[in-house]
Amino acid sequence: MEVRTEQNIYKQKKSRNIRIRKAKNIIFYSIILGATGFGILVLGLLLYQILKTGLAWLSIDFIMNMPSRFPQKAGIKSALAGSIWVISLTALFSFPLGVGTALYLEEYSQKGTWLNKLLQLNISNLAGVPSIVYGMLGLAVFVKMLQFERSILSGALTLTLLILPVIIVASQEAIRSVPETLKQGSFALGVTKWQTITGVVLPYALPGILTGSILAISRAMGEAAPLIMVGAAGYVAFLPSSPLDSFTVLPIQIFNWTSRPQEEFKNIAAAGIIVLMALLLFANGAAVMLRNKYQNRMD
Amino acid sequence: MKNEQKRKDRGRIGEFTIETILRFFAGISILTTIAIVWTLFSETIIFFKEVSITEFFTGTKWTPTLEPRHFGILPLFVGTMMIAIGASIIALPFGLGSAIYLSEYAPKRVRKIIKPLLEILAGIPSIVYGFFALTFITPILQKFLPQTQVFNAASASIAVGIMIIPMVASLSEDAMMAIPDSIRQGAYALGSTKFEVATKVIVPAALSGIGSAFVLAVSRAIGETMIVAIAAGQSPVLTFNPLKSIQTMTGFMVNISLGDIQHGTIEYKTVFAVGAMLFVITFVMNIIAKMIVNRYREEY
Repeated sequence: MEVRTEQNIYKQKKSRNIRIRKAKNIIFYSIILGATGFGILVLGLLLYQILKTGLAWLSIDFIMNMPSRFPQKAGIKSALAGSIWVISLTALFSFPLGVGTALYLEEYSQKGTWLNKLLQLNISNLAGVPSIVYGMLGLAVFVKMLQFERSILSGALTLTLLILPVIIVASQEAIRSVPETLKQGSFALGVTKWQTITGVVLPYALPGILTGSILAISRAMGEAAPLIMVGAAGYVAFLPSSPLDSFTVLPIQIFNWTSRPQEEFKNIAAAGIIVLMALLLFANGAAVMLRNKYQNRMD
Repeated sequence: MKNEQKRKDRGRIGEFTIETILRFFAGISILTTIAIVWTLFSETIIFFKEVSITEFFTGTKWTPTLEPRHFGILPLFVGTMMIAIGASIIALPFGLGSAIYLSEYAPKRVRKIIKPLLEILAGIPSIVYGFFALTFITPILQKFLPQTQVFNAASASIAVGIMIIPMVASLSEDAMMAIPDSIRQGAYALGSTKFEVATKVIVPAALSGIGSAFVLAVSRAIGETMIVAIAAGQSPVLTFNPLKSIQTMTGFMVNISLGDIQHGTIEYKTVFAVGAMLFVITFVMNIIAKMIVNRYREEY
């Protein structure tokens, strides 16, 4: 028999209090675990839905055929070629521009000056501008003012401006991570700044720069809205042969098919999505591998 | 001697040239901003010479391509806000929940698996989310609420919300991880449970970062284009019913651009006026996000 002394009551109250607090913790834990699981569940559902709808329609013919009014005959050849054209040019423009800007900000421009601050503020603001607004910029400047018309070049320049802030920020972080001692050691040997940059800074920072740039470029590969604004066509039945040709890209072709009322077109849209996602997966895999390879060498 | 001097001079000129080129590259980002503001607002000013400002901001009819033309942006604005609010309802709790889990609860090994998965979710192109909304979310909505239209705001906003979950999660998590461990340990030493540490210490301390993550995510939802172009519909009517077909500002811009718009027509100027408004809204939100961080940041 337990004696109900004041102390015991206090103990019981206390243990009850602790139990409630622990129960609260467990409930909260389940809730946030569920919240985290939700995102992953959706990812699974999304992949399942796309594979289920599109996998049966995926074939060599689908990749080698031009788009068509008949879903059975339709393919993504011209869209795939357009995507490769646009992305290659975008990479060609954006990589030197982005890395160059990052080098200027980190190695040349004095920190804390108004110019440096202005550039930094400007870049972070540009990163928040919706992609469709870049499309309007491309339409007004590249298509109309510079008269590049609705061409691959206009599209690639537009996407370059869109992903430039991302590449700059990633490259800056990579360049900032280069130890000061390495740079000082290089300067002590009497070499110039640019030689230090090409011989010490860039090799050290390259994995970070490449990872950030590949991620940015793969984002450009999935963009449709800005390219619709600069006038990429929904239906292109030829392969572009120069940067001044008109074009379409995978995401726009997918958009075009998704917007049609017939069910079959939704299926080939899903097949197109599988190709697009496979390309993105390949690019991201390459980024991870590059990072690992160079990181090992540096450490 | 002479040759050495020459080489040195050439070296100096080379260094100077390189610095000039890099400075020019950096200048391109400033030029981009100037070009965005200039192109949007020069066309918008011409637009407002033909359309009254009062009609644009207070009119409730949007028929810029059909006679009689009406240029009241409210239907598009309300459509955009419905998407943004719907997306927030999804993204804020799920994103914050994931962030708290990853930062405070998850063992290292689990974190290592979940973070890349969330990154994949963030890397999926918006066109894919649009497809998912139309072919998966909408049929489910129609099953439970039969009055749901094929194109509707709810389905699009759920997809937009899912798309921005990783953004809310990773920005909020960054803010929580930035809190020094000593503060956490101090709270545990007082006998707090994990729940108490997370909700009474960590979240309040990271509130500025979380707040700015929310604002940035909503700004992203407002600018999202392809999901709404596919799943939300093309009906610029003033409605507050999320199960009906609507049109957003971005949806309108894409829809008009799919046709061949000629320079100088009223359609062309309308797209730029709507674009300018979109730019101003997202720009202001991004500034607010930055102010929240700067103003309420706790320094450790």
